[in-house]
Amino acid sequence: MKKFPYTPLQIAIIIYAWSGIVLLIFDLLTGNISPNPIQDLEQRTGRHAITLLVLSLLCTPIHTIFKWSEPLKRRRALGLYALLYATIHVIIYMDLDYGLAWSSIYENILEKPRLIVGAFAFLLMIPLGITSFDIWKKRLGKNWKRLHQLVYLIVPLVVLHYVWSKKGDLLSLQGEVLKPMIYGLIVVIFLIFRIPPIKKAIASFSSRYLSPRKKQDPQPEQS
Amino acid sequence: MTHPFKSVPVRSYEITPKDVYLSRRDFMKAASVVGGAALLAACAPSAEEAAQNAAPAPVSGATDELGDAVNTYEDITNYNNYYEFTTDKQGVAGLAQDFNTSPWTLEVSGLVNKPQTFGIEDLTKKFTQEERIYRLRCVEAWSMVIPWTGFTLASLLKEVEPTSDAKYVRFETVYRPEEMPGQKSPFYPWPYQEGLRLDEAMHDLTLLATGLYGEPNVTQNGAPIRLVVPWKYGFKSIKSIVKIELTSEQPETMWETIAPNEYGFYANVNPDVDHPRWSQASERRIGELNRRPTIAFNGYGEQVASLYEDMNLQVNY
Repeated sequence: MKKFPYTPLQIAIIIYAWSGIVLLIFDLLTGNISPNPIQDLEQRTGRHAITLLVLSLLCTPIHTIFKWSEPLKRRRALGLYALLYATIHVIIYMDLDYGLAWSSIYENILEKPRLIVGAFAFLLMIPLGITSFDIWKKRLGKNWKRLHQLVYLIVPLVVLHYVWSKKGDLLSLQGEVLKPMIYGLIVVIFLIFRIPPIKKAIASFSSRYLSPRKKQDPQPEQS
Repeated sequence: MTHPFKSVPVRSYEITPKDVYLSRRDFMKAASVVGGAALLAACAPSAEEAAQNAAPAPVSGATDELGDAVNTYEDITNYNNYYEFTTDKQGVAGLAQDFNTSPWTLEVSGLVNKPQTFGIEDLTKKFTQEERIYRLRCVEAWSMVIPWTGFTLASLLKEVEPTSDAKYVRFETVYRPEEMPGQKSPFYPWPYQEGLRLDEAMHDLTLLATGLYGEPNVTQNGAPIRLVVPWKYGFKSIKSIVKIELTSEQPETMWETIAPNEYGFYANVNPDVDHPRWSQASERRIGELNRRPTIAFNGYGEQVASLYEDMNLQVNY
């Protein structure tokens, strides 16, 4: 029998990633969209992009803890899907929302800190998307990894973009801060996992208590 | 006397009977389903057009004094900023269904000669009810045109006779976390409070609304009694009021407490004073796809600009 070409993890990622667009189309067709539909589209595509991006940061900690290497191979898909939703998000903002009125878009972006960080994060994502293919990985060699570590800057910027789009003050913990805070904490935890001594400590702890099958699992490439 | 805004007394025979009204709402729901498909196909809000044809007619006409159509009842009652219930604008209507507005009393106290507590029925009987079609501009850069029914705050304040020391009016929303799940959130200094300067409060445009679309107001829009100050951002128009207090000091307001650099005490609609999160130069009218430029004082400058003649509105935002 021919082997099914997708792993369960791949199927889960495909379903989750496309669910954003599928649900949007479904809600548009059934009239289940807010009376402010453009803002609704902006917010929904934005949230999906952030979630996918945060999930891409989850892959390395999962590998560190459970010695399960497949998630490392799925980072590219998660990152590219995040870029897809971020692109839709940006197109909706510029076209549907601002009707391609470049002077107001330009003015708006430069004035609002939340748009500055959002635009900057989006621009940084583009070269990562372009160079995500194997041919670029080979061509760039060691620099590829350095380039792609930009994601450690991009994700905090994107979370900041989200925090600042809500009516609250994260420093004084007042207003609409709960959801942004959850995203922020998750990202902080995921980034702490990557600090080398902490990563090492977790890896040795988990190989002692969590992964008895470590021996037959060769150490794959990490980042 | 001609009013710069639309305003007429409501006669009971003019109010749409409830059964007609509700069947219209069902039609609107059906229309919006069909319209949703059209929206996808044509990227235009056909839902709104279809719904507007079916909406019950507000008493004094279907447009504001600038000629802009009133928003549909459906939109007005399903897209609400009411954080006492939830921060999800579409979720408010559902959560507010069980909110109990009867009995309800409104206490008017502080620096007045005749402090009084009114039952809500006394207020609607005592003061002339009129319909006012007002634009509502949210600080989040969206807007609606809403046919309110109510009476002027001035008529209530005259009844309690503010003393000469009274300079400001402070308003407070009911605090009932068991019925208002959003009030359980520890991130807000509940209860909601707002304030006006006495001359703003006494202005003829400032309304205490008890009705919407010729019907009693609904819970998601601040029933049984809410403030409407049409030349200020929506958050000034406090909902479900239980207390009005005349003071000599400028009262604290909830949003000013949370973020004073974003939400000033005055909060007059002003396209030239930028908000750190949203550009205030333009807005999206609910039901329209293109942005439209925001007008100073939300288009009520002729009536209210004189209140702020000597003030720097860049500082007193």
